[in-house]
Amino acid sequence: MELLAFGKTGWGDELFYATLMTLAVSITAMLIGFFFALIFTPLKLSKHKSLNLIGNFYTTVIRGVPELLVIYLFFFGGSGAIMFVASMFGYYEYIEINAFITGSFAIGIISGAYSTEVFRGAIQSIDKGQFEASKVLGIKKHIQFYKIILPQMLRLAIPNLSNVWQITLKDTSLISVTGLVEIMRQSYIAAGSTRDPLFFYSFAAVLYLLLTYLSMKLINKLEIKYSRGF
Amino acid sequence: MIGSFPKLLSATVITLKLLSLSLFFGLFIGLFFAILRMNKNPIVNKFAYGYSYIFRGTPLLVQIFIIYFGLGQIEYLRSTFLWVILKEPYWCAIIAFALNTGAYTSEILRSAFQTIKPGLIEAGKSLGIPNKVIFYKIQIPIAIKQSLPAYGNEIILMLKGTSLASTVTLMDLTGVAKYIISTTFKPIEVFIVAGGIYLFMTFCVHNLIKFLEKKYGFQT
Repeated sequence: MELLAFGKTGWGDELFYATLMTLAVSITAMLIGFFFALIFTPLKLSKHKSLNLIGNFYTTVIRGVPELLVIYLFFFGGSGAIMFVASMFGYYEYIEINAFITGSFAIGIISGAYSTEVFRGAIQSIDKGQFEASKVLGIKKHIQFYKIILPQMLRLAIPNLSNVWQITLKDTSLISVTGLVEIMRQSYIAAGSTRDPLFFYSFAAVLYLLLTYLSMKLINKLEIKYSRGF
Repeated sequence: MIGSFPKLLSATVITLKLLSLSLFFGLFIGLFFAILRMNKNPIVNKFAYGYSYIFRGTPLLVQIFIIYFGLGQIEYLRSTFLWVILKEPYWCAIIAFALNTGAYTSEILRSAFQTIKPGLIEAGKSLGIPNKVIFYKIQIPIAIKQSLPAYGNEIILMLKGTSLASTVTLMDLTGVAKYIISTTFKPIEVFIVAGGIYLFMTFCVHNLIKFLEKKYGFQT
């Protein structure tokens, strides 16, 4: 137990901050994912074939390629791409991007593909009559979306979004390969310096279980809130 | 870009080996725990539930690391014959993958068993068919058909999961891709080739499952 002590003698405080880092990366990635979903869901639902193709390309490629490969692409290719853009504006110095930003961006793009599918499914399962009725009533397009479609969609989307959250949370463990000090990386460091990998990796597993368990509790509450009246 | 293609293709063989072996063992583990889940004894039931909860609630990376780095620490294990298997990263990866996919498979099979209409089992009983035969000849075939779409997804998830073998020094498709990226520093080209190979495999699995669904699926 002294291995987990807070302060200089143990790894308690380090692992605590690492857990916060995991949470921070997961939440950032989830939000970035929502942003991507916001762009690609309309594309997937669009009537134009070419826009459809772009949306399908995104979700198919990201969901068919291993997460680790996407992370390597961003880790090795990220600063190169930024430097390329910067060079067009006449800036030729070396730019290094923070591991937190690359990591949450890579996981965010993956999470976004799953969120897009969830939103698409939720919107498609709303009764067509709802769209038509609001049109007949002369409700403006954006009000129709915010007041009629969105509340109904959220009820259907939240259970599936909680799955996406779990996937995102677990995917953040892969960012440890880029050196960002989250749970996995911290356990790796601790295991290396104490020569006790079994204990630290098991403890990491417990931390992840705790995170998934607590977030499920929270999401269940949200689910009840949004499904009232049904 | 062209030069790296043969290297990546030969690494694909390792990925496919990892995938097929872990799916093979995972299916048995999944079936075993699905049967335990349907047991009426609460202790057996809870044990199976705990197994699937733990393996589905933690990242696959943690599971591989516990098995590869962690188990070697137990002195007793080093002296048994198990050590022959556990010192190889290849087998450690397969054990981790099989246990992981087994947890997901057990959930898929459990829900498939539960959706079987009780009338079918009752019909079998009233015909005087022994319980064991009902299980093997009626319940299992129906459950397999029911779970095909979900199992197809699981195969694709596992295919992506095999990429984690590269973290325990195995040179699978992702491992080789990373090696080429870090030596040639051409991330985008390598990503396109390796990603293309993965996408092709996903595409094949997807269509295979679709075909099987058409062939063996039925309307209930």
